[in-house]
Amino acid sequence: MPVSERHSKLVYDALVAAGVEVVSALPETWLVHLIRLAEDDPEMILVRLAKEEEGVGVSAGAHLAGRRSAMLMQNHGLLQSVNGIVSLAQLYKIPLLLVISDRGHLGEPDPWQTEGGKTTRPILDALGIVTDELRDPAMVQLQVARGMTLTQASLHPVALLLTRDLMWEALA
Amino acid sequence: MERSRCLEAIYDELADCAVVTIMGAVAVELYSLGHRPNFFYLEHAMGLASSMGLGIALSQPQRKVVVLDGDGSVLMNLGGLTTLARYAPGNLTHIVFDNQSLLSVGGFPTATATGSDLAGIARAAGIANARTVTDLEDFREAAVAAIRGPELACLVAKVEAVGPKSFHMDLHMLENRFEFQRYLRPEPPDPQGAPP
Repeated sequence: MPVSERHSKLVYDALVAAGVEVVSALPETWLVHLIRLAEDDPEMILVRLAKEEEGVGVSAGAHLAGRRSAMLMQNHGLLQSVNGIVSLAQLYKIPLLLVISDRGHLGEPDPWQTEGGKTTRPILDALGIVTDELRDPAMVQLQVARGMTLTQASLHPVALLLTRDLMWEALA
Repeated sequence: MERSRCLEAIYDELADCAVVTIMGAVAVELYSLGHRPNFFYLEHAMGLASSMGLGIALSQPQRKVVVLDGDGSVLMNLGGLTTLARYAPGNLTHIVFDNQSLLSVGGFPTATATGSDLAGIARAAGIANARTVTDLEDFREAAVAAIRGPELACLVAKVEAVGPKSFHMDLHMLENRFEFQRYLRPEPPDPQGAPP
């Protein structure tokens, strides 16, 4: 599978280094390795969801109970979560680290991903969510740490987009 | 059976639990009995009270967590029942007040008014200890047993579609949120003394 295991590990290690103890997730191709890493980590509380919006509730509960969390989702998971983000996280000033696979952007070969791809950034903008793109492997740890710092300080969601450049590796 | 009487019946039992309620009548009626710092009223985000309860229960396994939900909210997050069942934290009790209506927005009937059985759905989702009660004394007994018991329980209480005269609560959402967070610190100790 050409999804980068190495870079997935980089992102996962960065989440752990940022103090993440709870990960909620709904699988998609780009997230497969990340979710496996969470699954294989006995220290991590992995919550597999039926729908991404539940993850906002799980993260809110975790935050109030003193644990840092991250939500792993596809950009369509962001669309599924918007109500929870607004009416729980933003209304109640809950930090959320949204780690979103940036499907449907440049290079997307799957026609069904392309509509969602167009909406990802405008929706994050409309929600006032500070967003950064994870692209350069050398920067991942710092960006994840900074994303965590900002979401904790602002008590507001922050989004990190997993770009194709980072997540997709050409077959050797 | 009236929901307010049910809440009264378990009010003492809730003293040492982290309690998450949905918005509307459930929140107001619990608040009217006497607010406590361990009560969090989720005033929006319908459906996510149970997900929040799951997040708290998994984060603090030694803490008893009680979610006070409603039929309208549960119907908006039926998938969440499968997530509760999957992790089945023994310290979580999910109480659903089913008045078969969206009471605070005009009383329109929900699907439980036309036969959908939430306890049946919960059982089919994998929550073995899920049942329906229709009588106040049965409710009290079942709720207390569920809260004190060692397994995830879902208790559906069939209640009348009546609510409070006023929905006013003299407690800002954020005040409630920060107070509740402070209540949840520190984690309760493990009674077995095992490291966390």
